[in-house]
Amino acid sequence: MPHVLLIEDDASVRDGMELVLRRHGYDVDTAATGEQALSLLDGPGGARVELAVLDLMLPGIDGFEVCRRIRARTATLPVIMLTARGDDRDIVTGLEAGADDYVVKPVTAPVLEARIRAALRRAEPSGPVRGTGPDPAGLVIDRAGLTVTKRGVQVALPPTELRLLLELSASPGRVFSREQLLASVWDHTFLGDSRIVDAAVGRLRAKLEDVPAKPRYVQTVRGFGYRFGPL
Amino acid sequence: MSRRSGWSRGGRLVGGLRTRLVVAFVVVALLSAVTSTALAYRDARTAVLQRTQNAAVNDLRERVTAVAADFDVPPDQRALSRFASKVSDGIGGRIVVARYQDLVAVSDSLADTEARITTGLRAAVRTGSGARFQRVTWRGEPYLAVGMPVTYADGDRRASGLEVFSITDLRAERDDTAALLDSVRSGVVPVVLLAAVLALLAARTVLRPVRELGRATRELAAGDLGSRVAVTGHDELADLARTFNDTADALQASDAELREQEAKARRFVADVSHELRTPLAAMTMVATVLDEDADQLPPDAARAARTVGAETARLSRLVEDLMEISRFDAGAVRLNAAETDLAEAVRASLALRGWTDRVRTDLAEGVRARVDRRRVDVIVANLVGNALRHGAPPVTVTLGTTVTEDGEWVTLEVADHGPGLPPGAGERVFDRFYKADAARTRGAADDSGQGSGLGTAIALENARLHGGTIDAGSGPEGGAVFTLRLPLRRTDDERRTDDDLWSDDRSTREDAE
Repeated sequence: MPHVLLIEDDASVRDGMELVLRRHGYDVDTAATGEQALSLLDGPGGARVELAVLDLMLPGIDGFEVCRRIRARTATLPVIMLTARGDDRDIVTGLEAGADDYVVKPVTAPVLEARIRAALRRAEPSGPVRGTGPDPAGLVIDRAGLTVTKRGVQVALPPTELRLLLELSASPGRVFSREQLLASVWDHTFLGDSRIVDAAVGRLRAKLEDVPAKPRYVQTVRGFGYRFGPL
Repeated sequence: MSRRSGWSRGGRLVGGLRTRLVVAFVVVALLSAVTSTALAYRDARTAVLQRTQNAAVNDLRERVTAVAADFDVPPDQRALSRFASKVSDGIGGRIVVARYQDLVAVSDSLADTEARITTGLRAAVRTGSGARFQRVTWRGEPYLAVGMPVTYADGDRRASGLEVFSITDLRAERDDTAALLDSVRSGVVPVVLLAAVLALLAARTVLRPVRELGRATRELAAGDLGSRVAVTGHDELADLARTFNDTADALQASDAELREQEAKARRFVADVSHELRTPLAAMTMVATVLDEDADQLPPDAARAARTVGAETARLSRLVEDLMEISRFDAGAVRLNAAETDLAEAVRASLALRGWTDRVRTDLAEGVRARVDRRRVDVIVANLVGNALRHGAPPVTVTLGTTVTEDGEWVTLEVADHGPGLPPGAGERVFDRFYKADAARTRGAADDSGQGSGLGTAIALENARLHGGTIDAGSGPEGGAVFTLRLPLRRTDDERRTDDDLWSDDRSTREDAE
């Protein structure tokens, strides 16, 4: 019974989504404002929430700010943004605020569900356990325990970034195209937006790299995509 | 706006205002100079000659009167000669000829007088009673011959038969009047030059505002509605400049008004579309519930539920497309380009919509270009969707490259075997909400449903955003053919893309590993 928090100010949309998700076997909490959502997450039932669906256009504090505050509280809660505009600026800003994925309103039930499922799957363990080779900066990826430590300090990663790191580091030196990563990490069975990948890479670098502008772990291969290493 | 050569900065050489003005000024100056010179010359010459003649006649008469007092008639040759000499002495040594019947005496015995004292003059003197004179030219020089009969001093003034002639040299007078001509002639050149300079100045005062007006008009025509001219003075040209400015003001005002209205209309469409999204989002969600439970509903209700679901989806697509087109109209679209394998992108677009088995493909491998993959997907979906809906199978998609004089292009051809486009629809098929006639009737809705009527327009806008085009035409065996052309850019020569939004890694690699 995955537990979803639905943050949407329009009552009809909220009810419609809640209705559909409940029918499909999700537990749903709803919030009409960002403030309400944050207090719910801070409350006794907050820990049960496994994923947030967040509308960007909210009264009071807007979706971007809510996303930032969620990220400040918990690194691991997947957030899917609902944008009414689909404007580039919104999407980029939302992804930078730490969202894992976004869908544009009006969204059909199958699409919304597929995105939720994919986001939740990223939080599950996967793949063979493999070291990352000798690394002077001491990055250790524990594939079984799904933890990442750097110089002995644990790095808290949201599931999307963790899944991306696991995918890339499973084949060090291999170049992955953005499309491949969208398919394998985000489970997009449709033509996705490669900026989701770029945003996640950016956030990952900010947490792992000593100098994010000169990355050692997640490197860009211009015109093709990304690869892990070589260290 | 091509600049007419006549308005080039140097102005026209022939037939231009400046040339015409200069010619007119010079002609007027010459005419007035020549006319006034001619009149002055004539009057001056007449006056000089008149004075000389009068002086000569008077001198001769006075001298003859004085000398004739002690002259006896009939004279002999010697007396006549003495008389002639005496007269000549008294009038400054001019040649004097005295005649008495057959006797002739000349004061200067060496002078040839026959040619200068004509028979006509002699006859006139003989028959007349007073002094007669005649201007003659002798050996190229002008002379004045004066003749008079000498009358008796007593009462009846009978002619004594003695006739006296004098010859006056007119060269000095001729030189005087000639000098007048010379001075005028030498004065004409400066006058003409001055006229020309004045003409140029006048031309400049006219041409400068005219040229200024020309410049402003060109700018206006080129779309700079803020173009104005400086108004100086109160002449007709200033009036013209003022009128031009007023016209430009009016034009600018109405243009601004039109733009304002257009912007309002655009905003309205965008706002309406935006407002529609929220209820649509709710409807889309609950329509799913209806759809899922339709099987358990009575037949009529089931049909109604399915129709609501289908039409909600269609309305969503329409709103989506309206939003997209208003983004294009507002210029708020950005190209999110990345190096893409186009064959792969086309295959993905087809697979995504379950069209892989319904479409024949002939895709050149290894064609990579910097494109916005999402927008290319929209184009492919629209063109192929149209071919499947309106055309007849088989639908073929061909990917290739062409080289033209303006660079390398990726070409994507989508052809069907339907009835083709109606004549003249090649352009209009990209119009918004263009509905083809019965030849391309709406087929049964496939899984992509009906088009919104904006699909081709959006596809074309997306192609243009890449610097490309879409053309619609007919295939060799009938059927419609849509051809997408996109510039084959391999390097990021145009703009920074989202590759750089989050990563500043500048390393490049020639090939994948």
